[in-house]
Amino acid sequence: MSVPLSPRFFAKSQLQLLIDELRHRSYSVVGPTVDQEAIVYGDIQSIEQLPRGWTDEQSPGLYRLKRRDDDAWFGFVVGPHSWKKYLFPPKTTLLSAEKIESGWQFIPRSADKTKFALLGVRACELAAMRIQDQVFLNGPYQDPLYRERRKQLFVIAVNCTQAASTCFCTSMKTGPRCEKGYDLALTEIDSGFLCEVGSERGKEVLDAFVSLARRASEGSSVDSNSTVDNVSTYEAYDATPEQLKSADYARQQAVDQITKHMETSDLPGLLLSNLDHPRWKEVGERCLSCTNCTMVCPTCFCSSVTEVRDLNMDRVERERTWDSCFNPDFSYLGGSLVRNDTASRYRQWLTHKLDGWHAQFGTSGCVGCGRCITWCPVGIDITEEVAAIREGTSP
Amino acid sequence: MPRKPRLAVFKFASCDGCQLSLLDAEDELLAICDRVEIAHFAEASSDLQPGPYDVALVEGSITTHEDAERIKRVRADSKFLMTIGACATAGGIQSLRNWGQIDEWVQSVYPSPDFIRTLATSTAIADHVLVDFALHGCPINHHQLVDILVALAEGRQPRVPSHSVCLDCKHRGTVCHVVARGIPCLGPVTQSGCGAICPAYDRGCYGCFGPSQPANTASLVSQFQSQGHSTEKLVPLLRSFNAAAPEFHHASEKLVILGTSSEGRRS
Repeated sequence: MSVPLSPRFFAKSQLQLLIDELRHRSYSVVGPTVDQEAIVYGDIQSIEQLPRGWTDEQSPGLYRLKRRDDDAWFGFVVGPHSWKKYLFPPKTTLLSAEKIESGWQFIPRSADKTKFALLGVRACELAAMRIQDQVFLNGPYQDPLYRERRKQLFVIAVNCTQAASTCFCTSMKTGPRCEKGYDLALTEIDSGFLCEVGSERGKEVLDAFVSLARRASEGSSVDSNSTVDNVSTYEAYDATPEQLKSADYARQQAVDQITKHMETSDLPGLLLSNLDHPRWKEVGERCLSCTNCTMVCPTCFCSSVTEVRDLNMDRVERERTWDSCFNPDFSYLGGSLVRNDTASRYRQWLTHKLDGWHAQFGTSGCVGCGRCITWCPVGIDITEEVAAIREGTSP
Repeated sequence: MPRKPRLAVFKFASCDGCQLSLLDAEDELLAICDRVEIAHFAEASSDLQPGPYDVALVEGSITTHEDAERIKRVRADSKFLMTIGACATAGGIQSLRNWGQIDEWVQSVYPSPDFIRTLATSTAIADHVLVDFALHGCPINHHQLVDILVALAEGRQPRVPSHSVCLDCKHRGTVCHVVARGIPCLGPVTQSGCGAICPAYDRGCYGCFGPSQPANTASLVSQFQSQGHSTEKLVPLLRSFNAAAPEFHHASEKLVILGTSSEGRRS
């Protein structure tokens, strides 16, 4: 693609026009919003639903929604939800079957027409989507629902301008700068947003948005003084050198705030060559095997498929639900549990995520978003576990 | 067509809520009756037929000498014995008596204590006889019950999920109360089955479905303590409908013992 254009600048309130344009193009716009004392992802119709002036404080096993002392619109990092819920839904009916005279008639799932536009995707989350693409699209079998939704997906990324104590995207080389995998990418500065274009589709939407903004500006100039300031409130134009500098500064803040680190030079290899390390047993005593880490992880993809039939045995539905290697039943094979203690389940998760994943999918399974650290009810920190395994290993 | 399995429902010390779950399964009840013969179900019919039974559903805990004997007869009469609910499976809320002085309580509650003959404890059915399958919940989930009855009628091994409530919260998109609000929630150590209702309505899990597999109460309780929750708050949390379930029982005992010893050190 012939990319684009120097970044455009527009005032914050203009974001509504972008949402309107996407909705006009039949996208369901989803993005961050405050609910359940957290910043979660939900349907967005209005900029009023965005978590303006809110932030999050995060540490192992702890998340607190807090008021900011400014009015930033994207002044937070990643929360309890991940975008995978839109591409790989927690519960899906894959097919159904009905009893007919001659046997069973199978009814495939009808094609999915949902077009999602994700607003506010961070760099680590873009990386997570690339990883799930590997899992669901680039193997011998493609997942049809994921494929349909992914093909239609419109991604508006947002560059982080701050980091949580749990973030370690710099270690995993996934962020904080959004570099690819988006249609549009925003950077928030005090006066507005800088917008970069990442795809032809993004350019098309941005062009439509710019003309919308221009029309809005013309409409409003009738009852205003038409000063330069007023025009800038409504129009999108090429960012000025000062604005570009402010954006660089804002993005650098996120880099500077990252304190957590995971050494990756000996990954893959380290974990699979330390299967008998005493640390597995130790972490197995703290781990609740509750599945939270895998559920909040933006790349974990395990699921179970169940045949659900009605009582009269006339109809059966094949349901797929998110499942987890921390669920003991998930390793039920041949009449017994293959991984029947928490240490072996934790080891399975970590060795797969950081080690085995490389051979299977050509990438690490970790993007450094820190969700598994924050949302572990007992605050187990994946980076500390890896470090502890390394520490007790003779070189 | 093979003979329909004969089903019996027996009540011990309980509130009847789990038996009612079967009657509440209105949409499925007729279909169930097509598949099993309900031979003994006092809550539903006064036509109580004698054993033997293929499947016995046992509700309630053992709190009297008579019931300790009666459950043996039920066992002897039943091919497959399944406990339904927290009382039968873990001793129920009435197992709080296990930590009290039964004589004092009887004296203070009943006008004529002489008429009361009771055991000092409320115990699970499995403490008395072999249990083939335990269905958790206070009350049970009637969908799970129906699934199990159908499985038994078809000769399949019944299975219910044994994982924690957390997985269900995540399916629903419920934000974790322990992490986001510092609420002591038993979800991470409680078995799935309710659909994670309480957390979805802004409350921590009460543990109605009893311990999950595994239930690492030691780690969770120590996390609650480090978040500043007191023994006075955590012991009642662990001692409710499933107070006597081993994983909850041991955790509350440990809290009490350590709490007492630390008071001892302070004085």
